[in-house]
Amino acid sequence: MSGALVATKGDPRWEHFPHAADVGVRGFGKTAAEAFEQAALALTAVVTTAEVRPAVSVNVECEAPDVELLFVEWLNAIIYEMAVRRMLFSRFAATIEGMRLQGTLWGEPVDVARHTPACEPKGATYTALRVSKDESGVWTASCIVDV
Amino acid sequence: MDLARLTRIDETTWRIDPHGAMRVPAIVYGDERLISDMDDKVYEQVVNVAMLPGIVQASYAMPDAHWGYGFPIGGVAAFDAERGGVVSAGGVGFDISCGVRTMLTDLKVPDVLSVQKTLADSLCRQIPAGVGSTGAITLDTIEMDAMLSGGARWAVDRGWGDASDLNRIEENGTMAGAMSECVSERARERQCREMGTLGSGNHYLEVQAVAEIFDAGAAKVYGLAENDVVVTIHCGSRGLGHQIGTEYLREMVAAASASGITLPDRELACAPINSDVGQRYLGAMRAAINCALANREILGHFARRVFSHFFPGRTLSLLFDVSHNTCKVEPHVIDGKRRHLFVHRKGATRAFGPGHESVPADLRQAGQPVLIGGSMGTGSYILAGEASAEQKAFSSACHGAGRAMSRHAALKQWSGRKIQDDLRAQGILVRSPSTRGIAEEAPGAYKDVAAVVAAAEHAGLARRVARLRPLVCIKG
Repeated sequence: MSGALVATKGDPRWEHFPHAADVGVRGFGKTAAEAFEQAALALTAVVTTAEVRPAVSVNVECEAPDVELLFVEWLNAIIYEMAVRRMLFSRFAATIEGMRLQGTLWGEPVDVARHTPACEPKGATYTALRVSKDESGVWTASCIVDV
Repeated sequence: MDLARLTRIDETTWRIDPHGAMRVPAIVYGDERLISDMDDKVYEQVVNVAMLPGIVQASYAMPDAHWGYGFPIGGVAAFDAERGGVVSAGGVGFDISCGVRTMLTDLKVPDVLSVQKTLADSLCRQIPAGVGSTGAITLDTIEMDAMLSGGARWAVDRGWGDASDLNRIEENGTMAGAMSECVSERARERQCREMGTLGSGNHYLEVQAVAEIFDAGAAKVYGLAENDVVVTIHCGSRGLGHQIGTEYLREMVAAASASGITLPDRELACAPINSDVGQRYLGAMRAAINCALANREILGHFARRVFSHFFPGRTLSLLFDVSHNTCKVEPHVIDGKRRHLFVHRKGATRAFGPGHESVPADLRQAGQPVLIGGSMGTGSYILAGEASAEQKAFSSACHGAGRAMSRHAALKQWSGRKIQDDLRAQGILVRSPSTRGIAEEAPGAYKDVAAVVAAAEHAGLARRVARLRPLVCIKG
């Protein structure tokens, strides 16, 4: 599955990639932060492809020793907020300074009838973890999420 | 998996000789078809595990092994603390103590068929399942601590279970050595409204018919006869376990590096057993085991309430409750000496053979029940642990069918609605908040569970006792 939960022009900016039991999430962007935001959309799409209204915002902060670990921290921060608030998120904004990330998530409480959520992410893993910039300057951020 | 890279020992035992940084060989169990269908990643992961410090005897993969993260799902490895052994959060997994319980009902298939649809609807309403569901139980700090220390016994004490269940649960329902003080606030927060919830993904509650008996003697000991109805629950430690896994995995990446352990894969993050983080993880992981035991006990209680409404006066008694994502300290005889080892089973079931002291006295002659969850279409199995499993894989066996196809590929191939209709035509009623979830769990996305259990039996890990056919499946 690939695409964009929020309107973006051009090519899909995130995708899922296969793993035997779980699912891979991958985001692309002009910056690492943008790739992180796009991968977060892929995370939501693990749960639902229905519309998620950006009605409520939640702020998160995380840090890590390197940018790949920071990506896992970011996804785990979102998973935590999804779990304790019973929410889904459809808009993400992240800024990275050094190895510290500040982010805002916009979403709404899970509505089982409307969102028909498929499966719940348990945690982001270090498997197939990669955050890198290619020769054309496009950042990619990906890892396997346990569901 | 390329068969040429393995040495065949017998029909269902394959060996990878130590090479590179491997400290011990790797042993993979399965018939030729199962092994050749396994992802190459299983090879890579079972080899990587063999590189970890203090590993004893071999790194094992069960017949249902598939690509996991760090360890393969279906991986078994034991470590000796006295010889620099490690404990690995990735070797247990995120869903700590995920497991299966099967309850006997004293009903026959026709009893259930007469109310099948309303029973399915009622279970669907009464068993909180799926993303965003909450249980009726909210835990404050004191109750959370009591649950983390008490496990299923705590649930029974609070009226959400039956005291007679306890000796049919591993560790008699309470995992010793839990340290609730090692469980973070965030982990507690993820759990405070999740007690008595099923979760999602491959978790389920099924009403099943005993379709076939393989071992009449063991079936009699277990109380199983053809056409009996049983209730099986597959779920784990919910948000608490997931958060503990997440947090300690992160801490162990740093700890491994600080201890000079070279990780072939960061997901294998581990710490020496005799280290601060190693001990704290063990304490937190054991608390999560208690959470899973309590959760399954509560779900069993909810199932009992529904059944007592439909079948007044009938009782559901627990056959057994097994966990398949754990690290446990167990005595094992290595080279003639009894040593206490930290046995990691990730997607693998403990399988003590007949006569083992840890098997409840009334089941001991048959061996420990090994509960194998299959897919919602093909059914499940009840096996009995074999004494030979001790030598073969530290008394371990498979845990399920094992996925043959990713969720991604399953979604492309099947529609959840059609699967639901097809299964209904076969007499299996599936209830789920998500048709997409049903498609991701399509029977065709799993390996042939019959081949997996036949291989486990041939390999001397566990023998087949009964096959179960689903009648009702509640999916998260």
